[in-house]
Amino acid sequence: MPTAGSLKIEGRTVVLQDDWVLSCFNDLRKQVHAARPGAELPADDVDWSALKHLDSAGATLIAELLGSERLTRLAEADTTLAPERKGLLLTVARAMSGLDATPPTRTRGIRQSLAAVGRTITGFAKDQKLLAGFIGLTLTTLAAIVLVPRRWRVTALVAHVQRTGLNALPIVALLTFLVGAVVAFLGATVLENFGATIYTVHLVTFAFLREFGVVLAAILLAGRTASAYTAQLGSMKANQEIDALRASGLDPMEMLVIPRVLAMVISLPFLTFVGMVSGILGGALVCLYSLDISATQFVSIIEQDIPLNHFLVGLGKAPVFAFVIAVIGCLEGLKVSGSAESVGQHTTSSVVQSIFMVILLDAIAALFFMEMGW
Amino acid sequence: MVTEPLIQVRGLENRFGDHRVHEDLDLDLYPGEILGVVGGSGTGKSVLLRSIVGLHQPNSGTISVFGGDLMTMSSGERSRTERRLGVLFQGGALYTSLTLQENIALTLIEHARLSRKDAEHLARMKLALAGLPPEAALNYPSELSGGMVKRAALARALALDPEVLFLDEPTAGLDPIGAAAFDALLKTLRDALGFSVFMVTHDLDTLYATCDRVAVLSRGQVLVADSLDVVEQNPDPWIQDYFHGPRGRAVAAAHSQHTEEDH
Repeated sequence: MPTAGSLKIEGRTVVLQDDWVLSCFNDLRKQVHAARPGAELPADDVDWSALKHLDSAGATLIAELLGSERLTRLAEADTTLAPERKGLLLTVARAMSGLDATPPTRTRGIRQSLAAVGRTITGFAKDQKLLAGFIGLTLTTLAAIVLVPRRWRVTALVAHVQRTGLNALPIVALLTFLVGAVVAFLGATVLENFGATIYTVHLVTFAFLREFGVVLAAILLAGRTASAYTAQLGSMKANQEIDALRASGLDPMEMLVIPRVLAMVISLPFLTFVGMVSGILGGALVCLYSLDISATQFVSIIEQDIPLNHFLVGLGKAPVFAFVIAVIGCLEGLKVSGSAESVGQHTTSSVVQSIFMVILLDAIAALFFMEMGW
Repeated sequence: MVTEPLIQVRGLENRFGDHRVHEDLDLDLYPGEILGVVGGSGTGKSVLLRSIVGLHQPNSGTISVFGGDLMTMSSGERSRTERRLGVLFQGGALYTSLTLQENIALTLIEHARLSRKDAEHLARMKLALAGLPPEAALNYPSELSGGMVKRAALARALALDPEVLFLDEPTAGLDPIGAAAFDALLKTLRDALGFSVFMVTHDLDTLYATCDRVAVLSRGQVLVADSLDVVEQNPDPWIQDYFHGPRGRAVAAAHSQHTEEDH
């Protein structure tokens, strides 16, 4: 263990003793500040002979004590100093002379907070504009390649369908099954008071055909796939792969964005269908075991009382949600700048935005379909 | 040299699957020297560096760092030993979510238990030591050029005044002027702070400008580790190609001319 250094002032000579190293920094700093309370230290000589270890932290404190100019002068004039110690003192003194005594700070105040609020709001507006522009760009690119089979990226498309659609099937089925069972239990509990437990069937099928099937699947894909899109494109952007594509005359929209968007638009309706079926199955199971509604009865009620248009209303929303989720995922990925941290931020933002958009669009659609009487 | 080596590698063996990277490799690092480690791509220069600093567990062999083996130490002892080593990674590996001064202050706060204010003050000194302007202290790594990132990473590696500094390709990706400035900086700091340097490099200029000894890695072993004059004369074909190929000749000629002018 080093012995903490100390300093004495004898007349106009500063006597430095023992170890001036990082591990004793706090102790040494107190002594330095005590010896030099703001004013210039009246000293023009230093006795280095009792100084044992010295490192750059200690040298910094000595430079603070004496001022870097005086330290340079004294160290250069001194003949007793070992050359490496002199080198250390001079190097540190030179480094310190460029530094201001007051640290540079990033100012924080009411003006800055107000400016931050303004920046956030204009940033939000800009993001929406960018999203609208990106949707337009996606659509025009799509229109440009739709009639040219040579430019279809079938392999990429199939690979993405497998990743976003097929691989998400089990989790979507399980989740909607469980929610279906929960909705049936809720319905059974509430409807029992009216002796109308049979309407649990209607509740579950209505809910899943119109809303839950598509919304649950869309939210799952927003969490699972939008984030994946952002992370994939984001790390490609950070690694300059997107720039490399552009520089070799290839269109990243066509190569990367379109296959992902189309894969999502293809996958989500299928997942929605699976979600509807498995949610209704969950409900049917609860009906069978706790309400004594047999499977045949369940199916015949659906057949008689539930018109096809509920199914179509639910399924019709799927491609729209899919398009929005995929576009937000890709756009956030392309917004990534440089660092790994940025990939993380944009991934979070893409999930939040796409879930928000799904719920917002669903609410608007619900109003619209209600007014239309569909 | 009669001094004890700081780092002693004996019989090191590293395998990746069937591929043997190191086989019975011996290497020493002495106090105060700058050791350059060269070798073709895939000869395991970086793996050697990672093995010594304890980031990679070798398949067999011993590595003694300040007389102890990092792999068999207790975690407290290992942490104390690691504080005496400074590593500059190839890409800089600065923490992207922290400003430069926070990057350096982090280790000071955690290990030396300084207050944030003192740590940031010392950090700015280290940045100045590495030749960065004071304004850069508040920049984030993504706002810097490649050369500045290298300098900042050097400042971070020097944060705790290490006794041994490990550099992985420190001048790769720098322009010649920046690389030469880095070489000069390294020598100045070595002379001032008295650390030893273990430097993996491909840069012949750096090799000639800074290194006291050069170790050549080939076929899983250190072919030769000696001063440049001796290494250059080694008859091994790879060494001959390396030092006497078109680039090597040019650098050697420039260097000998330069030293003659100095004298």
